[in-house]
Amino acid sequence: MTLFNNKILSPSRSDRFLLWILRLLAFITGMIVILITLFLLREALPVLKQVGWLRFVRDIAWHPVQGNYNLMPMLWGTLSVTLGSLLLATPLGIGSAIFCQYYAPPLIGRFYRTLIELLAGIPSVVYGFWGLVVLVPLIGQWQPPGTSLLAGIIILTLMILPTIALTAEASFAEVPIEYVQGAAALGISRWATIRGVILPAAQSGLLTGLILATGRAIGETMAVLMVCGNVVQTPTSLFDPVRTLTANIALEMAYAMGNHRSALFVSGLLLMGLIAFLVAIAEGMSWRNRYG
Amino acid sequence: MNQLKHLISLTIILTLGLGIQACTQSSENASQPGNELAGKLTLTGSSTVAPLVAEIGKRFESEHPNVRVDVQTGGSSRGIADARTGVANIGMVSRRLKDQEKDLQGFAIARDGIGIIVHQENAVNALSNQQIIEIYTGKLDNWQQVNGKDAPITVVNKAEGRSTLELFLEYFQLKSQEINASVVIGDNQQGIKTVAGNPNAIGYVSIGTAEFSIDNGVPIKLLPLNGVAATTENVQNKTFPLSRPLNLVTNTQPEGLDHVFIEYAQSSQVHDIVQQQDFVPLSK
Repeated sequence: MTLFNNKILSPSRSDRFLLWILRLLAFITGMIVILITLFLLREALPVLKQVGWLRFVRDIAWHPVQGNYNLMPMLWGTLSVTLGSLLLATPLGIGSAIFCQYYAPPLIGRFYRTLIELLAGIPSVVYGFWGLVVLVPLIGQWQPPGTSLLAGIIILTLMILPTIALTAEASFAEVPIEYVQGAAALGISRWATIRGVILPAAQSGLLTGLILATGRAIGETMAVLMVCGNVVQTPTSLFDPVRTLTANIALEMAYAMGNHRSALFVSGLLLMGLIAFLVAIAEGMSWRNRYG
Repeated sequence: MNQLKHLISLTIILTLGLGIQACTQSSENASQPGNELAGKLTLTGSSTVAPLVAEIGKRFESEHPNVRVDVQTGGSSRGIADARTGVANIGMVSRRLKDQEKDLQGFAIARDGIGIIVHQENAVNALSNQQIIEIYTGKLDNWQQVNGKDAPITVVNKAEGRSTLELFLEYFQLKSQEINASVVIGDNQQGIKTVAGNPNAIGYVSIGTAEFSIDNGVPIKLLPLNGVAATTENVQNKTFPLSRPLNLVTNTQPEGLDHVFIEYAQSSQVHDIVQQQDFVPLSK
């Protein structure tokens, strides 16, 4: 009996052992992020020391071999492609989730959900290839050369749509059934229930989905590289070719040396900063939801 | 319940333990006796030649398990300098050796040729060097100006640092800032897809890749340069102007391991690797 009590009060040896293993695993996972950041910093440092931060903002253009390192056009490229695709994918994704959850007959709803899940599983290269052989020539007939900001936005919309639709559906499913029943008891119409009760209740889940989607859009490389045209310039219209930060790294890394290579790691750092900013927003939002 | 925990921890220990053991075992197995060639080869130089030599090196290592081939990039001039000073056993140079470099021993392992490509439906069948320069700098922006149909020209350029861009710029004596591109691409395949999908595009890619695609029905065509057809034969026999040799250089007449490796890199055993990397093998 005493033996049994002891085991309840203090963790057994195997418990402690397992705890240490879990601590180790958690440590490794955390270290990976820190090590990657340190590595990026170390690789970027030579050029940062030599030419300084300002050159990456103020230089006349991006000609790293000749010593011009302006990253700003590519930052605008990344931001405009991401923003454009979010604007298109958000109403589509949330709208389709509302349809699926509240209007569609169960059978169609389930079939539709499977389709969306399938869309999420298609590798990005396939999207890029489709964009290059179908979408780009199509836009090209209308506004040559076709490889453009618009093509990038459309491809990214397709890619982040499932993320938004699936997280929106999951957060709708989490809205307590009592809310819906209460609204029904008050005689509120279905659309008014969705607008006045369900959307506010699912707000934080929807925002999390949007942030996940933004992260994916910023990080996407292959598909964007294939359809955007990759000309380094600040886009002035939807039909201008643009280059994103990720495409810049993928395009030039294989043959870059010296300062050029370092400068590419600076674009990596910039991307890392963008993502960290997004994560901070997400954290802030969930904090406000919990305590605010 | 407690037993289950023990079981779990035991499993974890065993997995970790086995993993570590597996690692140590594999490194022991790597050194097999019974092969006369042994040692380490260091090659430095051109980033164009490096991927090719790295692949050749891998195959060489698998045939001679005691040899390590270490390939580092740093540009053709580093290849020359390292071969001279002996920092590297062999230097890699992606151009013809200059006159003041004739004291070094040069061994061509492949040739690299670049062809101008347009869409198959494009009515233009030849462009002069001057026309190509004006198209790439944006002075000519409609196919009508070079006897084609009335359509804007889509200029496809390569990303900075690519060796094809370097050779292209050098041949036409352009600077990369002067080029006014509408699309920038990475590898040859992407260039071919872009031109195949746009009837008004012009681009340049490795001739080997372009020929392969044309044989497979991709709707593009190679334009001749200075009246010389862009074919692998013409790259091989050095008549096509926009081409260059890929050289291995050594300080003195190579001996031992260096000699065996250079012979191997020039032999027909590696022609498939050369072709995979979009270069033209030399007939030997």
